[in-house]
Order: sequence, then structure tokens, then C-alpha cells
Amino acid sequence: MSTITRDTATTVAIPAATKPRRPVAEFLSTYVFSKDHKVIGLQFLFSTLVWFLIGGLLALAVRWQVAWPWSDVPVVGQLFAQEGGQMSPEFYTMLFTMHATVMIFLVIIPILAGAFGNFLIPLMIGADDMAFPTLNMLSYWFMWPAFIAFGASFFVEGGAASSGWTAYPPLTTNLAASPGSGWGQTLWLVGLTFVGVSSMLGSVNYMTTIILMRAPGMTMFRLPMTIWAMFITAVLQAFALPVLTAAGFMQIADRSLGTGFFSAEGSIINNTVTSAGGGQPLLWQHLFWFYSHPAVYIMILPAMGMVSDIMTCFARKPLFGYRPMVYSVAGIAGLGFIVWGHHMFISGMNPALGMTFMVSTMMIALPSAVKTFNWLGTLWGGRIQFTTAMLFAISFVSMFIIGGLSGIFMAATPVDIFIHDTYFIVAHFHYVLFAGTAMGVWAAIYFWFPKMFGRTMNEFWGKVHFFLTFIFLNGTFFTMHILGAVGFPRRLADAYHYETFHHLQPMNAFMTYCAIGMVASQAIFAANFFWSMFYGPRAGRNPWNANGLEWTAPSPPGHGNFDYQPIVHRGPYEYSVPGEEKDHLMQTDPPRAMAAAAH
Amino acid sequence: MVFIATEVLLFWFIWKYDAAKREGPATFIHGSHTLEVIWTVIPAVLLLFLAIYQMNAWADVKMRRPMMPPTVEVVGRQFEWRLRYPGRDGELGTPDDLFLVNDLHVPVNEEVLIQLKSMDVLHSFFLPNLRIKQDAVPGMKIPVWFKATETGQFDIVCAELCGWGHYKMKGRITIEPREDFEAWLERKYREQEATQPSAELEMARND
Repeated sequence: MSTITRDTATTVAIPAATKPRRPVAEFLSTYVFSKDHKVIGLQFLFSTLVWFLIGGLLALAVRWQVAWPWSDVPVVGQLFAQEGGQMSPEFYTMLFTMHATVMIFLVIIPILAGAFGNFLIPLMIGADDMAFPTLNMLSYWFMWPAFIAFGASFFVEGGAASSGWTAYPPLTTNLAASPGSGWGQTLWLVGLTFVGVSSMLGSVNYMTTIILMRAPGMTMFRLPMTIWAMFITAVLQAFALPVLTAAGFMQIADRSLGTGFFSAEGSIINNTVTSAGGGQPLLWQHLFWFYSHPAVYIMILPAMGMVSDIMTCFARKPLFGYRPMVYSVAGIAGLGFIVWGHHMFISGMNPALGMTFMVSTMMIALPSAVKTFNWLGTLWGGRIQFTTAMLFAISFVSMFIIGGLSGIFMAATPVDIFIHDTYFIVAHFHYVLFAGTAMGVWAAIYFWFPKMFGRTMNEFWGKVHFFLTFIFLNGTFFTMHILGAVGFPRRLADAYHYETFHHLQPMNAFMTYCAIGMVASQAIFAANFFWSMFYGPRAGRNPWNANGLEWTAPSPPGHGNFDYQPIVHRGPYEYSVPGEEKDHLMQTDPPRAMAAAAH
Repeated sequence: MVFIATEVLLFWFIWKYDAAKREGPATFIHGSHTLEVIWTVIPAVLLLFLAIYQMNAWADVKMRRPMMPPTVEVVGRQFEWRLRYPGRDGELGTPDDLFLVNDLHVPVNEEVLIQLKSMDVLHSFFLPNLRIKQDAVPGMKIPVWFKATETGQFDIVCAELCGWGHYKMKGRITIEPREDFEAWLERKYREQEATQPSAELEMARND
């Protein structure tokens, strides 16, 4: 079955007297440069959680300025001693740029694909590791140059990139246009290249592993939704990323080599005449969004898959509409390649494209709606256990409905004329990414924590974490829809000097208080997470009575994952099968006829 | 509607199917082909309808350009809106054009055509009160047209990040009756001419 040869060094006995002890090398190869997918998954998890905190603090600084512009900023205000503690406008542009960059490239994408993809894929398909363990290890370590590049960019002359995570030229290609467009933007592009390579390496690994290394009996249509989602996400990564990487190189060339891919002729930026022209700023937008639109599906499909697995477990019933769910994931991914223009309705591109992209964008709401109905169908008639993981999973569905429906407003091109570049858009993506994906990630952490660390997290504090996060996030982000409907623009360091937006300051202050509450509540999660890792109650192999293959392995699994080669006899989600004594059947449980014949 | 229906269903299900309340096992069902068809076809029809129904509105605002000479040229620049009105000769692009900054005036109840350009980076010409928005792209000349139906003074906001001063790239649009508009234009012409020698004087000097 598996054509991967093991390292003979681990199975051949070497006499103790002749083998020199090299503890440092052993430590490094076991815990640092490990090729075990579980260790790599945990490395991704810890790194991304640290960046999640950093991204969250950047967001709080943004929220402070939006609520109380030009006031003394706590803590960070020490940096602005010369200005009397207040933030400068260029600093503000850097804050929202880096908040988004960190959250997208250093948190959401790596935690879904790198942490959970790595940890779960071999376990759920019955493999002993990934197809390419060394490549897997490299895909984690390629993140580190990106961490260093983005981290260092805060300290270089001119500060970190400050032209939006969307990095539109000519603002980014001309060093005179913005202070962050000097070293900051260069390091940003370097970091982007490394995360791109890391993702591409990972996606190759995941596709190969899922296609080639499934246990006997694990047909494609017996795969849990998590694996389908990870598989399709890997396909998205592989096809979309090269375009972004190429565009990144073109921007580097424009900045350093004097090319003019994105520069129009005759521009005078900040009193300096720009160099080579003859290019198109819109070209960057097309290339960027060709990747970044599939990227947003990369940022939600794995969470959708994991939520499906969690909800079936705690509703104790099969997934409603398994095949339609699989086809919907594929549909979202496929359609995701032909909707990128909806980010550019107002950009100046040919308005006829506004029509075509409107149709494709409206249609992409369809598979997501089908999935939502199927989740509702999964809950219907269930026997629901309200564990922390289940609470997060249910709220994923609920919040995704809000985020998805607001997307339909934007898809309507005439409506987008007004809401483009306003807080309505910000509300939409924070609902799908934070109230959606991040909730899905927390659900997954509470659910698979026992498998990762052999102990369960505290349920009471988990529920406190859930309720506080839920309340504060709705306070912070729901009000953004209202702001956006009034036309409140994005990325303004101070909007209140406009007559139209003057009265919205109290609403923004309210949102900032909620945001502070939300970030503070995460301390409960952090405490629970680290405390439970060492002192939580020990978990057996299957604390939730779930039926995926991963729950047949020990908690945590050793190298090679399973005690014996799993043979799969059943589909996923065989919960509450009538006539069976237990309310769940593992995927490896033999069918009744065979078991009876064995007597 | 959809929101209320789905959220109500969600909350009703989690309330009704709470394990603490439920006696028997969960309902073992893998799905329903009929339901799948219904809840695929109906949303598909609704979404297509939404898309097609709105095409006319989009075309009116962005594709059906009125055939008229431009009323004013608006050029975005870090961090101001430069305006250029036709001069007394009525033609845009001649030496007697009127140059202003941030102070846009248009007549009410008349079709207005703006030529939108940018001198340096991307900007976006956003009139919140008129629901008008269009990115200004360097190297492109993009028409923006509307007919204002109410008089008043409103904001011009830049809606595309253009650097540190993006937040203060503020203009004002004044919508006024045609007579007031022409009176204002006349005042502005005189102000501009007072600071510049007239074309004839210039030519006389050079002779």
C-alpha cells in the first residue's frame, strides 16, 4: 500500500558502544526539524497563534485611532513621544496594512492548511505520514524567513508596508509615494514570496498524500469533509499562488529594476517624475485578485470541512447530504476562479466586465447556501451535545449566514458603487473570516486538542471564552454594516471632519470597546490552552465518541500514527445507526455481515 | 428574509434537538434528494434574477455615457482634487481654462459629465450623498456622469488609499441653480484673470 520507505536507521539496531551520543542533533531532528507531520502541524499551530495575538494588537491600535483620532494612544503612545503621544497618519496606514497582512498570510492560511491540514490529513485517511515528509518540514521552515521579513519591516527606515495589504501600485511601486513604500514594501514582498512558496510546497504534499496514501477501503467518497476541504483547498493553492508570486516579482522589478509593468506614463508623484511608464496600474489588480479571491476560499473551506465533522459528532447523526456537500466545496473552488473582478467593479476596468463578474459572483453564493441548508439538516433531528467545540461550530454556521448574505449586496454591482471601500466590506469579510473561520478554528482546537496533547481542555472556561468572544465580536463587527451603509470609508485615519460622517464617532467608540473586550477574552483561551496541555484531564483515544480514523489512534499518536494498518469498511458519520447498540460506528468497524460470519 | 428564516431555523433546531431534552437516538438520515433539488434551484433562480435585474441600473451609471462635452475635469492628486473648468470659450483644454482646487460646483437638474484623471497614484472620487464612486487611475481618463436633483453642499471623499493624507483629501461639491452656477463661474473667471495677464496683452508684449 504505502510505497514510502522508512529510514532504515530507525529499525536497525546499533550497538550502544559504537554509536556516539549526539543529543543536540537528536533534539533538533525530533523537535525542531522534525519530519513528523504531527510535530510540524503543532509548530504551525504555535507560530500562528503567536501571530494571531500580534495581528489582534495591531487591530486594536487601528480601532483606537478610528474611535478617538489624534488622542494619546496607550502603550504604543510611547513611540510617538515627539508628537505628544498621538499616532501619525502614516503610522495609521501602516497599522491596517500590517494587521491584514499578518492575519491573512501568517495566521489564517497557515493555521488552516499548515496546522490542521498537516496534523489531520494522514490521521484521517489512515496513513502513517505525509507523502513527502522532508518537503513538509521545509514548508514550515520556509515560513520563518517570512516571519523575520514581516517582523523586521516594522523597524526599518520608513516603517513597515503602508499601502494596504492589497499593495496597489503606483502607491507601492514609487518610493516617494508613501513612507512604507521604501524598505517596508520590499520586505513585505520578500515575506509574501516565502509564504507563497511554503503554501505551494504544502499543497503539493497534501494533494499527493490524499490521492495516493489512503488506507485500504478508504474510497474518495468515504473521506470525511475535513479531508475533502483540505484537498480542494490544496488544489486552489497550487493553481492560484503562482499568479501572485509572479505579480510580486513584477512589483519587485518595477521598484528595483526600473520596469514599468504597473506605472502609467507621465505621472508626477510627490514632485518627482516617475521612471519608465507604459504600464497599467490595473494589471496589478487583476493579477493580485486572481490569487486573492481563491485565497478567501482557501481561508474558509477547511473550516467548513472541520465544522461538518464536529457538528455531525455532537449532533450524533450523519452529515445531511454528503455528496452535495462535496460537490458544493468543489463548486465554490471552481467558481472562485472566475469572480475576482468583483473586487474591481469601481476600478476603471471595462464596465462590461461588471456585468459578467456580477453573474458569476451571484452564482457563487449558491453552493455556500446549499452547504448552509445541509448543516441545518444535520442539526435537524439530532441529539445535540453542547460542548465548547459544538458551540463554536454552530456559531460558525450562524455567523457565516450573516457574512454570506452581506456578500450578496456587494455582488450587486450598482450597490457596490456605494459600498465599495466602505465599512460594509470590512463587516462582510470580518464576519466570514473572524466570526466564521476563526470560530471554526477554535472549534477545531477544542475538538482535536485531546488528540494532539492527550488531554482535554476545560469545558467550563471554554464556554466562557465562547460567550464572551461571541458577544464582543458581534458588537464590534455588526455595527460596521451600519457604518458602511452610510458610506463610512475604509482606511481613513480620521473621518469625522467630513460632514457626512461627523456623527458616527460614538458608534466607533462603542465598537472599539467591544474590540478591546474581544481581544481581552482571548486570555481565557490562552490560559486554558496552555494549562490543559500540562494539567488537563487525560483523554483516551476517543473522548468524543467520534468515528473518524484519527480517533482509533492513541492520544497523542506516536510515529507512524496507528497501532496496526487501518482497514476502512464504512463511510464517515455512521452515528446513531438503527439497530446498533453503540451510537457510533468507527470507519474501521467491520460490516454486520462480516462480523456475524466471523462467529 | 433569508436571514431571518435560516437563523430562526438554526436556533429552533438547537433548542428542539438538545440532547438533554431528547429521549431517543438521533434520526439516522443521510439526506434528501428532493430537498437538495429544491434548495439548489430556488436560490439559483433568485440569484440569477438579482443579477440580471440590476444590469440596467449598472449600465445607466457606468456604460450609457451621455453625449456631451465634459462639464469639468477632476484630477486626483496627493492630497487634493484639482478641477479644470472650460474657460469663457466653452472648450476644455484651451489656455483660458479655469483652475481650482477642491471647490466643485455643478448646476442642479442638469446632466453633468466629469472627466476623471489622476496625476500620481490611485484615488477614488466618492460623492457619498449622490451615491457616486469611481476610481481615478493614472494614465486613464474615466467619465463620470450624473444629474443632481437637490441643491446643497456635500462632501467629496477619496475612497482609494493614496498615502498618508488619504484621510484629508477632502473636497466640497456645491449643487446650485444654473444662474447661481454661472454667476459663480463668472466670479472665478475674474479672480483668475486678475492674477494673469490676458492673452491679448501677452501677445502685444511679445511683438
